[in-house]
Amino acid sequence: MQPHELELISLTKRYGKALAVDAIDYRFGAGVYACLLGPSGCGKSSTLRMIAGHESVSEGSIVLDGRDVSRLPPARRGTAMMFQSYALFPHLSVRDNVAFSLRMKGVDKAERNACAMEMLELVDMKDHADRRPAQLSGGQQQRVALARALITRPQVLLLDEPLSALDPFLRIRMRAELKRLQRELGITFIHVTHGQDEALALADEIIVMNAGRIEQAGPALEVWSRPATGFVARFIGGHNVLDAPGGIVAVRADAIRLAAPGAAAFTGHVTGVEYQGAHVALTAQADGRSPRFCPRLPSSMPPSRRARRWG
Amino acid sequence: MTDAALADPAPARVRGAMKHTREWPRLMAYAQAAPLALILLVFLVLPIMVIVTVSFWEATEFSIIPAFSLENYAYLFSSEVVGRVFLATFRYAAITWALTLAIGFTVAWFLAFHIRSLTWQIALFLLCTIPFWTSNIIRMISWIPFLGREGIANSALMSWGVIDQPLDWLLFSDFSVILAFVHLYTLFMVVPIFNSMMRIDRALLEAAHDAGASGAQVMWNVVIPLCKPGIMIGTIFVLTLVMGDLITVRFMSGSQSANVGRLISNDIALLAYPSAAATAVVLLASVLLVIGLLMRFVDIRKEL
Repeated sequence: MQPHELELISLTKRYGKALAVDAIDYRFGAGVYACLLGPSGCGKSSTLRMIAGHESVSEGSIVLDGRDVSRLPPARRGTAMMFQSYALFPHLSVRDNVAFSLRMKGVDKAERNACAMEMLELVDMKDHADRRPAQLSGGQQQRVALARALITRPQVLLLDEPLSALDPFLRIRMRAELKRLQRELGITFIHVTHGQDEALALADEIIVMNAGRIEQAGPALEVWSRPATGFVARFIGGHNVLDAPGGIVAVRADAIRLAAPGAAAFTGHVTGVEYQGAHVALTAQADGRSPRFCPRLPSSMPPSRRARRWG
Repeated sequence: MTDAALADPAPARVRGAMKHTREWPRLMAYAQAAPLALILLVFLVLPIMVIVTVSFWEATEFSIIPAFSLENYAYLFSSEVVGRVFLATFRYAAITWALTLAIGFTVAWFLAFHIRSLTWQIALFLLCTIPFWTSNIIRMISWIPFLGREGIANSALMSWGVIDQPLDWLLFSDFSVILAFVHLYTLFMVVPIFNSMMRIDRALLEAAHDAGASGAQVMWNVVIPLCKPGIMIGTIFVLTLVMGDLITVRFMSGSQSANVGRLISNDIALLAYPSAAATAVVLLASVLLVIGLLMRFVDIRKEL
């Protein structure tokens, strides 16, 4: 499949007077795995649903492969969507769920079933073709939903918080699976999430959104190591954002070390200690001024719970 | 529900109790089920058994003779009049069913999918139930001044110049009977279908659109299959109500049409209880047969 480019041009969504998406511009590279990341209510889901065609575009346009698709019905855009709750048809078998779009097109039974089995093979669910969705686990349902979305041979696959309904263990497995599929198919995946670890693990491009705008977009490494705004620094990295004379400065949590009182840049009190296995997360209050720090230390050297000088 | 009631108390008790008290939870379960079973036995099973028994008795103009005779049934199945009355009853049921289904489905669809705010949904739903604040008979009778020869409908149509002569078929006809049935029973279709529709995940409709389904295709392939249990429950309501009706047909047809209910009531008026009982048994059997057939198509237990 030839990768295709997707471009958003001052895309805007209004609900009555409320502005959900505020004239965002972005060009998704062809065949990338992109994550729309942000807190709930930041407009990431509205953006995705506008791309999918399930939400009308208030202003601006969506251009896929050189043609404006923003007024087309969902199925004619070349996109396919995987829904948060998977939205499998409970009255249809797995095979019929996957073959649904072909049936709507009037493809005859033998052909659409063969095609559905091919897709089920791709997501490793061939053995469950005759089951009903209710008889499947969450992970299996998700694979079926993926197969159903992919059978239309979309140029862009849209995933609305696809991993949020899974338990943490399965989430990590499925995320590897998603990445593998994306690499194999070579099409653009746009994945909405509010989990920064998910975004960092999966994305070639991360688009951090806040209050209807794009705060920063770029490769995962760049967003993590060079956050453009205080919001991005806090949201994606849990970085420490400090007011410095030349503006705000982000200090990575793992770059802060404890030191003897005299040798430290800041002094203050540790107010919280959270053991997290591989590391220990601290919360600390600096003396005098107000910044709160959240250093992260390897757990091999646990600090005592008592106040300690640090910096 | 019964399963849960039977199974639930058992594990906790068995674990806590000694071995010889093992029978106890089972007895408890039976005791819990007993009151309802008793009520059903006394008020449902027993009367039906009495009716079935009486249906085999014989009767003359002045006496009822306990016997085992198939005379009543022989008459029922051989009489052409009875056959026609049964047929008419099925026809009323079928036409009423089709109309209430069409109207009920549309109303439920509108309420469930086109009214976005819950407040409005509840308000409009209550509006649908307003006719039920008065009795069946009053609702029926109120059609009479509307549909009569000199009624509102005829005089309005005549004053608009649509017709020259008053329409005779508006009242005391099959038309008025079915109109009254539809008026009385559409809500019994609306409620279960609305209930089914409210359970449909809205994302399913989006998923269907995403897969390229047109509005009609979504309706046919997603909404209707998922509403089947509601449609089935509404169907059972409407069928049993219409099949068992007596008053509506008498009032609205001006005693010109007959259905099985009237057949039974005439027999009772003549004190021909065995004949009435036999007719009732055949009616019950035919209704159960229809419902049994419908249940083969749809599993309504999923809905309950």
